Amino acid sequence: MRYEVIVIGASAGGLTAIGYLLEHLPADFTIPIIVVQHRSKDPKDLLEELLQSKSKIKVKQADEKEKIQPGVVYIAPPDYHLLIERDRTFSLTSDEPVRFSRPSIDVLFESAAEVYRNKSVGIILTGANNDGVAGLAAIIREDGIAIVQNPEEAEIQVMPLASLAANKIHHIFTLDQLRAFLVKLNKSSNG
Amino acid sequence: MNIEQGDVKALLESIRFRYGYDFTDYAEASVRRRIIYFMTARKIERLDELANLILQNEKLFEEFIRVISVTVTEMFRDPSFYRSLRENVMKRLATYPFIKIWMAGCATGEEVYSIAILLKEEGLLNRSVIYATDINQNSLQIAKEGVYPVENMKQHTTNYQKSGGMESFSDYYIAKYDSVMFDKSLKQNIVFSPHNLAVDKSFNEFQLIICRNVMIYFNQHLQNKVIHLFYESLCPFGYLGLGNKESLLFSERRREFEEVDKKEKIFMKIS
Repeated sequence: MRYEVIVIGASAGGLTAIGYLLEHLPADFTIPIIVVQHRSKDPKDLLEELLQSKSKIKVKQADEKEKIQPGVVYIAPPDYHLLIERDRTFSLTSDEPVRFSRPSIDVLFESAAEVYRNKSVGIILTGANNDGVAGLAAIIREDGIAIVQNPEEAEIQVMPLASLAANKIHHIFTLDQLRAFLVKLNKSSNG
Repeated sequence: MNIEQGDVKALLESIRFRYGYDFTDYAEASVRRRIIYFMTARKIERLDELANLILQNEKLFEEFIRVISVTVTEMFRDPSFYRSLRENVMKRLATYPFIKIWMAGCATGEEVYSIAILLKEEGLLNRSVIYATDINQNSLQIAKEGVYPVENMKQHTTNYQKSGGMESFSDYYIAKYDSVMFDKSLKQNIVFSPHNLAVDKSFNEFQLIICRNVMIYFNQHLQNKVIHLFYESLCPFGYLGLGNKESLLFSERRREFEEVDKKEKIFMKIS
């Protein structure tokens, strides 16, 4: 099976978790990774720079109408929802926050499921709210892969637990297991 | 909820035919999301059912428009944008005897009052007219009234201060119960009017056009069309202010504009 997109949602504690994951993914990782990390509106936060300093894969903020490319990690900008269009470009919206969040994990995951169907992989990491529950459900409905960080490892368990309680999750992984799984998935998607 | 791409297109086409509102060139992912949101709230299960209902019931259609075109805004949204206007644009505007500003897609008007406050503090409000337009009549009504929930004022005040505002922000409004009403003197030079960027034409010539976080909802084709409309509506060396994440980078007219403030997305028409 060829997977074409990996979407990751994280909230409190996410910077460390995503940083760890990116640090340990190989430079030749090709499946595009799109991240919603809940963040403040402050344009001066250095999320992209911090993650790039750890990552061997290129990291950038997703731009409006930008074409999604392999081998890139895209980060949702602060204060906008990030969506994916059918032509695999990004859309931003300034609709109301969903579950108090903008960007919202649910919004990104639902549009990823709509466009990539069963070729999408959704991952929920550490966080203190229940954003991502509906998004993962959409990915599961389209027969994509749903993964949740092992709550015992997560810095804040609320978000992984909420997704586990509501959905039939395919895998519960520690970050190391997740890394190994993604590397394998990437190989088979390119094979 | 699963709705097919072709069905969404058909629905938008029939709305255009029936009501003259053209959403066919809106970015699909967000329109689809808004449609599903509307259907869920109204417990409408199928798209053809929705089509039947809104094509027959004009009241319901107005509700639909309200939901489809909703945008959320705040006063002095992105304070650094307003600081840049103060520093880079106001002095030039002051050289005109009569200043015309168009705020396109003004939604519920928070940013219109922000601009009125800026002009007032620069001593320019008396010789300015702000044309505030939106497709959504309901939003426009709220904008016209200038009454906002008091709980948002803390954020608005912080934004105002971050934008370089030196006055006491509470002097600009009267608080009553859980709402605030902006001062009438701010409203005197604002004209609120419906305008639909997807279908309507230019209606005047302006020294400054502000259209923030509206074009992100459009596809590339409609974005080009709207930027052309702004180009036609600006005087020579007129300014165009866009949203934080919007740019002229992919636009056909990018060469006719110069960046005044790259980060804050303020441009000047140069040819």
